[in-house]
Amino acid sequence: MSNEATLHNQDLAHHGHVEHGHGNGHDGHDHHHETFISKYVFSMDHKMIAKQFLITGIIWAIIGAFFSVLFRLQLGYPDATFPWLESILGHWAEGGRITAEAYYALVTMHGTILVFFVLTAGLSGTFSNLLIPLQVGARDMASPFMNMLSYWFFFLASVVMMSSLFVQTGPASGGWTSYPPLSALGDASIGSKIGMDLWLVSMAIFVVSSLLGSLNYISTILNMRTKGMSMTKMPLTIWAFFFTAVLGVLSFPVLLSGFVLLLFDRHGGTSFYLSELFVQGKVLPNEGGSAILYQHLFWFLGHPEVYIIILPAMGMVSEILAVSSRKPIFGYLAMVGSIFAITLLAFLVWAHHMFVTGLNPFLGAFFVLLTLLIAVPSAIKVFNWITTIWRGNIRFTPASLFSIGFVSTFISGGLTGIWLGNSAIDIHLHDTYFVIAHFHIVMGVSAFFGMFAGIYHWFPKMYGRFMNQTLGFIHFWITLVGAYLIFWPMHYEGMAGMPRRYFDYSNWASFNMFGGLNQFISFVVIIVFATQLLFVFNFFYSIFKGRKLTTPNPWDATTLEWTTPINPGHGNWPGEIPEVHRWAYDYSKDGKDFIPQTVPVSPDESQH
Amino acid sequence: MMTMNAQKNKIHPHKYSMWIAMASITMMFVGFTSAYVVKRAQANWFSFELPPVFYVSTVVILLSSLTIYLAQRQFKARNMSAYKQLISVTALLGIAFAVCQVIGFSDMKAHGLPLNKTVSASFIYVIVGTHILHVLGGVVVLMVLFVRAFRTRVRTYSTVPIEVASTYWHFVDGLWIYLLIFFSLAR
Repeated sequence: MSNEATLHNQDLAHHGHVEHGHGNGHDGHDHHHETFISKYVFSMDHKMIAKQFLITGIIWAIIGAFFSVLFRLQLGYPDATFPWLESILGHWAEGGRITAEAYYALVTMHGTILVFFVLTAGLSGTFSNLLIPLQVGARDMASPFMNMLSYWFFFLASVVMMSSLFVQTGPASGGWTSYPPLSALGDASIGSKIGMDLWLVSMAIFVVSSLLGSLNYISTILNMRTKGMSMTKMPLTIWAFFFTAVLGVLSFPVLLSGFVLLLFDRHGGTSFYLSELFVQGKVLPNEGGSAILYQHLFWFLGHPEVYIIILPAMGMVSEILAVSSRKPIFGYLAMVGSIFAITLLAFLVWAHHMFVTGLNPFLGAFFVLLTLLIAVPSAIKVFNWITTIWRGNIRFTPASLFSIGFVSTFISGGLTGIWLGNSAIDIHLHDTYFVIAHFHIVMGVSAFFGMFAGIYHWFPKMYGRFMNQTLGFIHFWITLVGAYLIFWPMHYEGMAGMPRRYFDYSNWASFNMFGGLNQFISFVVIIVFATQLLFVFNFFYSIFKGRKLTTPNPWDATTLEWTTPINPGHGNWPGEIPEVHRWAYDYSKDGKDFIPQTVPVSPDESQH
Repeated sequence: MMTMNAQKNKIHPHKYSMWIAMASITMMFVGFTSAYVVKRAQANWFSFELPPVFYVSTVVILLSSLTIYLAQRQFKARNMSAYKQLISVTALLGIAFAVCQVIGFSDMKAHGLPLNKTVSASFIYVIVGTHILHVLGGVVVLMVLFVRAFRTRVRTYSTVPIEVASTYWHFVDGLWIYLLIFFSLAR
């Protein structure tokens, strides 16, 4: 009860819960007075908020991925016309061919949606919310109200971003990074008009949402752990969510200040980023601004952002690999240490995105060194994942397959990072398809694999049912093979110098040889996209019709979330919160398959 | 039924969240001021004297920190009427601070330093303006506390809300002192 005592004010509301305790954990409608609105809409239960984040994220993922299908059609079949495109995009696809403006808008929104709305809010928002209170043994977040606000700010940001898709001049189209001057001057392109304003407003609201969430995650992990749950007894998921939140809290505000200055450049007539410029033959009054300044502010977030995306996936993969190979995680403290090292280095490498901006080569050398240093903790993690499954008694579930797939894509995508981190090689590879291949594999595909693994693994906790395994296996194999078929060839295109962000390569003789390859990639994209719809079907079908759980601990895992009832109510545990006696990874110990964290250490037990 | 005894060594999660939020706000201003430093190192930096009214506002916000400190003490002594008066005074001083800053802006404008000309002035408008918004956020919080103090149906004697509010208030005060010193040194 100690945490309730700390929060005595707000917890009065849950109190009925704690004392009555409903046997199988179904929410007690009779003494809790939950309405539809308070249970499903403005819910303060972290588990419901997690589901809200997840489902909003899924909707965004479908939209963002569909956009990639649309622009891949243009890249793969530049001469073909698709009349159905005109019926959904209107004058943006006159005659069934996407216009250049629409292409840039689609590319920009694909990046924005996937990076922020799906892999930040949808991933960390879902699983930090779901797992932090459940795995540290808390009834809810430190501030359930702020947690609710976090979701609703995200929802508001989503509404604003969505509305920008429907304005007459179209959404922002200057790339997901929104570099000025393109993003600062309304006359620079049609995507720089109202669409850009809506983009900035939406992102500012998104930053607020992310901060409210991260504050809560940190505060909950540090203050609300149950008795016995010392920091070193926490599952690696929690460590990962913790450092993710730290990264968010310290880097998102800097992005916000960059956006504030950009808004003033757009509407206040200031010259933070704008230097002497001509637009449509007119001289602008601005002078002396520095567009590079924006890049510094942007990438100070932008680089930690990729770790905000990948760390939660890493944490969940560590947990799932240990559970499914029935072995303790290899090198727990090394795992924690490497997450910490990655967090620290994340703040010191941003300028490796700017090697070709005229950055002082002397300064660049430091950023090369620090960037390459990230290979060390990353390699430690990869080594530990492989040694965790080494000689394990692996149970192949969709979750464990996606976790293993994560390790595979993280290695193949991570290795190309070493190339790009070298400023000399980067001069050739910068802004080519090599970069696209690198970050899509290491950050996009890997993070998605972590997210899928998490969804398959914790779906039973969320909905009390299993997802269909067969569909899960089909989903995994097509996605894994498809992801490699899509992104592997892009390395070759990039090494040949094919630049990214171009609408049409057909007039460019040197890249004509990639015509067939581009067609192939686009073809695979369509198949992989259809497979993701299969996953979405599986997800929603299983919520209502999936096989029901018969035991509260379906995966024989040690962590606390499986000690709650199958359908936990608000407050998670019907009685007292269990006490923790051991770390989360006692698998195959002393002849026992697994020992839950709640079991006291017996005197004749071997040390781990 | 529940005792706070076991919690002696434990910081209240809301207070903890406040500290993290302050770290976050600090990072925002670090972003601003480092942008300022980078820009200042480039050519054609125009340097000027800060408007004198900024020193008046400094005194005002320092005074308000004192009044919120006293308010917190009165609250702990259950001296509710003095508490209400003191938080009202603090809120008024907060508004007075914002007014002083805006006067400073018009002073700058009158001296040929509008928002959209010299970038060194633009920075002052944007950074000081963002800081004003943070102070006004604190004023809103104080108003909420003020209304709460008049509630008769539910009385809470938890010191957490006023402690969190005063921590924040001292923080925005300190933030202004930092900005003032920064602008004076890095002109």
